[in-house]
Amino acid sequence: MNTITRKTVTVAALTGAALLVTGCELPVGIETDQKGYRGLGMEQVTKRHLEARKRVDLVIPEAERPASSAGPKAGDIYSSVEVLGDLSIAEFNRLMNAITAWVSPEQGCNYCHVPGDFADENIYTKIVSRNMLEMTKTINTEWDAHVGETGVTCYTCHMGQPVPAEIWFEDPGPRQAAGVAASRMGQNLAGPNVASTSLPNDVFSAFLADDPKDLRVTPRTTLPMGDNPHNLMDAEWGFGLMIHMSKALGANCTTCHNTNNFPDWQTSPPERVTAWHGLEMVRALNVDYLDPLQPVYPDTQLGPLGDAPKTNCATCHNGLQLPLDGANMLADYPELNRVQRREGWAPTEADAELSETQVDPDISADDFDDDAAEEAAGI
Amino acid sequence: MAEYQNIFNRVQVQAEPEAGVPLENERERIGKPMLMHLAGRFGNAQIGPIYLGYTGLFSILFGLIAILIIGFNFWAQVNWDPAQFVRQLFYLGLEPPQAEYGLGIAPLAEGGWWQMAGFFLTASILLWWVRVYRRARALNLGTHVAWAFAAAIFLYLSLGFFRPLLMGDWSEAVPFGIFPHLDWTTAFSLKYGNLYYNPFHMLSIAFLYGSALLFAMHGATVLAVGRYGGEREIEQITDRGTASDRAALFWRWTMGFNATMESIHRWAWWFAVLTVITGGIGILLTGTVVDNWYMWAIDHGVAPSYPNIYPPVEDPAMLQGMSQ
Repeated sequence: MNTITRKTVTVAALTGAALLVTGCELPVGIETDQKGYRGLGMEQVTKRHLEARKRVDLVIPEAERPASSAGPKAGDIYSSVEVLGDLSIAEFNRLMNAITAWVSPEQGCNYCHVPGDFADENIYTKIVSRNMLEMTKTINTEWDAHVGETGVTCYTCHMGQPVPAEIWFEDPGPRQAAGVAASRMGQNLAGPNVASTSLPNDVFSAFLADDPKDLRVTPRTTLPMGDNPHNLMDAEWGFGLMIHMSKALGANCTTCHNTNNFPDWQTSPPERVTAWHGLEMVRALNVDYLDPLQPVYPDTQLGPLGDAPKTNCATCHNGLQLPLDGANMLADYPELNRVQRREGWAPTEADAELSETQVDPDISADDFDDDAAEEAAGI
Repeated sequence: MAEYQNIFNRVQVQAEPEAGVPLENERERIGKPMLMHLAGRFGNAQIGPIYLGYTGLFSILFGLIAILIIGFNFWAQVNWDPAQFVRQLFYLGLEPPQAEYGLGIAPLAEGGWWQMAGFFLTASILLWWVRVYRRARALNLGTHVAWAFAAAIFLYLSLGFFRPLLMGDWSEAVPFGIFPHLDWTTAFSLKYGNLYYNPFHMLSIAFLYGSALLFAMHGATVLAVGRYGGEREIEQITDRGTASDRAALFWRWTMGFNATMESIHRWAWWFAVLTVITGGIGILLTGTVVDNWYMWAIDHGVAPSYPNIYPPVEDPAMLQGMSQ
C-alpha cells in the first residue's frame, strides 16, 4: 500500500469514527435514559430498532366530521338499539361507521349485522360488540385512574382487526408424559406469555381472572414474623406476570419500581400506581365483561379449554407504554361515553343458542394466535 | 523453539508413561496410561492410570442415576419428543415438592423425583469427597483440597438441604435445570427483599472477585519469574536476586507489601473457601433470621437512604381499602 492510499484510508477511518462517536445514530443500538436519582440504575433502556418495529403497523385513523346531536334519537327510530339509543341518528351512524373502520374494515357492516336486516339479533358478533361498547364506557368513566383523559376506543385494542392481536385463553400448556413423570408445575418451557422465559406460563389465569393470586409476596418486616403465607413459587408467578407487563409495555422493571426495594411504594416512580390500577382494571374487565360472554361465542372463538377470549396488558398496549403512543381518539368520539349500560345483563340461553348457528368459518381464534409466540413455545 | 532454556515451559516430553507410587493393591490402579498431545497443551500429556476404588465407583454410579432421573423427567415433560428435548433443554426443570408436602416424601410426579435425584446427587458428591480425602491421605498429603471441596459442599447443602429444613418445606429448595435455577435465584432475591443487601452475599462476592484477582496476580507473578527458575520458589526464598526474591520485590515496589511464596497459597485457599462459606451463611440466614434484607440494611445503617425525586406515591390498595 503506498503512502497516499494509506493516508486516505487513515483519514477516512478517523472521519468515520468521529461521525460514529459524535451523533451519527446507528439504526441498531441501545439508549439509556436516567429516570431517578443518580447511581441507582433507575434507567429506561430502549432498543432503537425495536421501537421502530413496534410502530410499523401503527396508523391512527382520521376522525370523521362531528355529527349533529339534533333530531330524533336512534333508539326511537331504529329497532333493537339497546345501548346507543341516546344518540341522534347522525351520531349513531357516525359511530357505526367508525366502529366498522376500527374493527372490521374488510368485513364491513355484515361482520356484526345480518345482511339486509340490521335489527336482527341472530348473530353473535352483535351481542359481543354491544357488550364491548358497555365495556368501553366502563373503562372511560370508571377507570380514569388508569386510562386518564386519553381513554380508549374500540381501535385501541382492535387496530383494524375483528379480534385484537393480543388476547389470552387459559393455557394448559403442551402435552407432557402422564403417570409418575415429574410435573412441569406450569413452568419450565419457553413461555410465550412470559417473553420466552421459563417462568410460570399461565400467569393470566393466575392473576388476571377471578380469584387472583397475591402479588405481594415480599415481607414488609425486617425479621420473620411467621405470618407470610407466600413462598418462592409465589414469587416466580408474580415475576412471570411482571415479565408480561414489561414486554406488553416495552417497559423496564425501573419504569414502576425502585429496584433497591421492589415492594416499597414511597420510593416508587408514580407509574406504578397507574400500573396497579391497570391490573385491577384488566381483572375487572375479564370478570365483568369478557368471561361472561363465553356462552355467546361459537366454539371456534373459544380457547383450548373452552373459555372466552380475554384481555391482558398487551391487548391495549401492544408493546407501547402509552397505547397508540397516546393518540387521543376518544376526544373525537364523545358518543362512546354516551353508551347506556344495561344493569345486570348476562347472556341468556337464547344468546348461547344463536352462536351455534352463526359460525363465521373465515375467522377463528386460531387465526389470531401469535405465530412467533407459538414458535417460541415450541410445541 | 527457544523455550527449552526455561524449565517452566510447554515442551512435551515423549517417554514411557509414569506409573506412580506403589500401591498395596495394584489392581486398584486401572487403565493403561497413554500420552495425548492435546491434553499436554493444557496440562500433563499423560492420561491415566486412574484410581477408582469403591467410593469412586459408587460416586459415578449415583451421579449417573441422578443425571438420568433429571434427564428422563425433562424428556417426559416434552412428551418424549427428542427434538423438543434438545430445543427446550435449557428451559426444562425438575422442581422440588410444593409447600403442602412440608418436609415429607412427595408423590413422584409432585416432587418425589426431585427428592430422589437430590439424594443420589448428594450421595455421589459426598462419596467423591471421601475419595478426595482418602487419596490425599494415601499420598501422605495434607487434606486441603478435601476441606476446600467440603466448603463448596456446605453451600450446596445450604441451598438444597439445610435451609429447606430450617424453613420447614422442600419448596424453598433449588430446582434442577439451567434457566429454572436462575429463575429461582431471581425469585429468591425478590422474595426476600433484595439479596444484594445481605452482608454475607456482599462478603461472598468480595471473596469471589478477590479469588479471581489473587489467581490472576499469582499466576502472572509465577509465569513472570519462570525465566529465573521461579518454580523452585522455596529453595530460593533466602537468596537475593533469585526468581522468588524478584517476585517479592516486584509486589513490594508496586504496593508496598507482598505475600510470601507460602502465604500466597494460603490467601488463595482462604479466599476461595470463604466465598462459599460466607455465601452459605447468607443463604441460611435468609427467610429464617431475616425476611427483608433491604429493610435490615436500612435498619442497621448498611444502606444509605437516597433523596426521593418522585412525586409522593401512596399504596393504592391502602387508599381503596382493598388488596391486590
